[in-house]
Amino acid sequence: MQDTREPVTVRPAARAPGRTGRRRPQLLAWAFLAPLVAYLVLCYGYPLVTNVDLSLRSYTVRTFVHGGAPLVWFDNYATVFADPTFRTALLDTLVFTAASLLFQYGFGLALAVFFARHFRLGPTLRALFLVPWLLPLIVSGSTWAWLLNSESGVVNSVLGWFGAGRIDWLTSPSWSLVSVIIANIWIGVPFNLVVLHSGLQNIPAEVYEAASLDGAGAWQRFRHVTFPLLRPVSAITLLLGLVYTLKVFDVIWIMTKGGPGGSSTTLATWSYQLGFGSMLPRFGPSAAVGNVLILLALVAGLLYIRAQRRQEEP
Amino acid sequence: MIRRWRTAVGLVLTAVMLFPVYWMVNVSLTPAGRMRKSPPDWFPAAPTFEGYERVLREQLPYFATSLLVALGTVALTLALAAPSAYALAKLRPRGHRALGFVLLVAQMIPGIIMALGFYGIYVSLGITNTAWGLVLADSTIAVPFAVLILTSFMASVPDELVQAATIDGAGAVRAFWSVVLPASRNGVVTAGLFSFLWAWSDFVFAATLDGGGSLRPLTLGIYRYIGNNNQEWNSIMATAVVASVPAAVLLVLAQRFVAAGVTAGAVKD
Repeated sequence: MQDTREPVTVRPAARAPGRTGRRRPQLLAWAFLAPLVAYLVLCYGYPLVTNVDLSLRSYTVRTFVHGGAPLVWFDNYATVFADPTFRTALLDTLVFTAASLLFQYGFGLALAVFFARHFRLGPTLRALFLVPWLLPLIVSGSTWAWLLNSESGVVNSVLGWFGAGRIDWLTSPSWSLVSVIIANIWIGVPFNLVVLHSGLQNIPAEVYEAASLDGAGAWQRFRHVTFPLLRPVSAITLLLGLVYTLKVFDVIWIMTKGGPGGSSTTLATWSYQLGFGSMLPRFGPSAAVGNVLILLALVAGLLYIRAQRRQEEP
Repeated sequence: MIRRWRTAVGLVLTAVMLFPVYWMVNVSLTPAGRMRKSPPDWFPAAPTFEGYERVLREQLPYFATSLLVALGTVALTLALAAPSAYALAKLRPRGHRALGFVLLVAQMIPGIIMALGFYGIYVSLGITNTAWGLVLADSTIAVPFAVLILTSFMASVPDELVQAATIDGAGAVRAFWSVVLPASRNGVVTAGLFSFLWAWSDFVFAATLDGGGSLRPLTLGIYRYIGNNNQEWNSIMATAVVASVPAAVLLVLAQRFVAAGVTAGAVKD
C-alpha cells in the first residue's frame, strides 16, 4: 500500500526530447490532442451552451421538441429568484455542504492519524474503509433510507435502547436535511481518510522525533507538527470536497426527493425537480437554477486551483 | 500490547463504518414477512433468496445494460484520454496549460446540469434511450479525470526510454504505443477502473436520458423498485447488493489502484 503516492509525487520532466524542429512537434502534439479537443467542444461546450440557451427561453413540452421557444432573456432567472424555494434551496445547499465537509474532514483526519501507526491488519482495514466511497450512490442512498426508516429502521431501534423516542428521520421537515447529511458524511469519509493519510505519509519521521526530544506530548505533536504540516493537503481535500458536495444529487433525491415540503431541497435537487421531477417540466427555470449552481461550483473551483498553485510553489 | 489494542479499535471502527453494508446484505436475505418486525432481526435468522430470485427474474437485462454501458464508457474514455495524456506529458505543445485548466474546470461542472444540456440535444436529435447515447454522456464524468491522471503517470515514464526508442527509429506513434503506454499500465488500470465504476453507478444521466425505453441500467432498476413498492425491501436490497458487486470485486483485485486514484484526484498536476 505504500506505493500509492508514486504517480502524483513525480513531477513532469523538464522538456520533451527532440524539440529541435519547431513546427512539426507542435503539429504532432495537437494531432494527438485533436480527438480530446473535439470531444470537449461537443460533449462539454455544446451541452453547456444548450443549457444557457434553455435558461434564456420560455419552453413548453411542445416547443422543447419542435423548437421555436421565444427568447425571454432573464425572465427565468427572475422567476427562480422570486420563488420562495430559492432561499430554502440556497440555505440547504450551504448547510448541507458546510456540515458534510466539517464532519467528513474531522472523521477523516482522526482516522488518518489513527491508521498512520503500524499495527496488524491496519492496511487491510484502511482498504475496507473505501467501500462506502466505491458503492453506487443509489445503493448508499437506498440503504440509508431503510436504516433511517421511522418504524422498522435499525437506527431508531438502537436509539430505543437508550430510551430515545421515535424519530421520523425522512418524513419530518426538521430531520430530513440531517438525514441526508448523515448519509453524505458516511460516503465522504473514505475519500478524506485516504487523501489525508497519504499527506501524513509525506511528513518526515525526523520532525516527530525532534518534537518528542523537545518533550512534546501526543496532542502537542498533533497540534504543532501534524496539523500545520498537513495544511496544504487539508486545503485541497476540503476544496475538492466542496466541489463534490455542491454536486450531490443522487443521495438526496433517493432518500427524500428534497422533501418533505422542500425541507431537504438543494439547488441540485431543485434543478432536477423543475426539469424532470414532474409531468409538467419547466426547463427554463431548471436550467437557470443549474447555471446558478455552475457559478457556485466555478467559484469553488477557482479557489481550488489557487490553493493548488500555492501548494506547488515551494 | 499497544499494537494489539490498536488492532482491536481498528476492527471496531471498521465494523461501525461497514455496518450499513452489512445491513444491506442482511435485509436482502430477510423474508418480506419479517421486514417490519420491531426490533429487527440482527442476523438473517430465516434467510430467503426470494429477493435475489426477483432480481434474476426482472433485473437481468438491466444488469446487462449497465455492463455494456460501463464497458463502452471505459473504452471511449481510454481511447480519448491515453493519446492526449501522452501529448500533454511528453510532447507538451504550447497551450497545454490552458487545456489542463479546462480539464480541471470540466470536472467541477455538476452532472445534473450536463444532464439537462444533453437532454435538450438528445431530444432534438431523437437519440434518447440509446446505449451509445448513455455511453457518450457517462464518459463526461470520467474523461477529464482520466486525462489528468494518465498525464501524471506518463510524465513519470523516463524520457530516456522514449529517446532510446526514437534513436531506434520509432516515430511518435510507436513511442506512444510500444513504450509509454505499456510503461504506464498502472495509470491505464486506474483510469479504466474509475471510468467503469462511475459509469456503472451513474444515476443522473440514466434517469434523464434513458427514462422510457426497455434499455435501462441497474441503477434505474433499483430506483423503480423504490418508487413502486415500498414493501419489498428485500428485493431493493438484493438489487443493491448485486449492483455493489463490481465495486467489491474491484476493491479486492485492485485496492492499491483505487487508493492511487483517490489520491491523484486530489493532488493532480
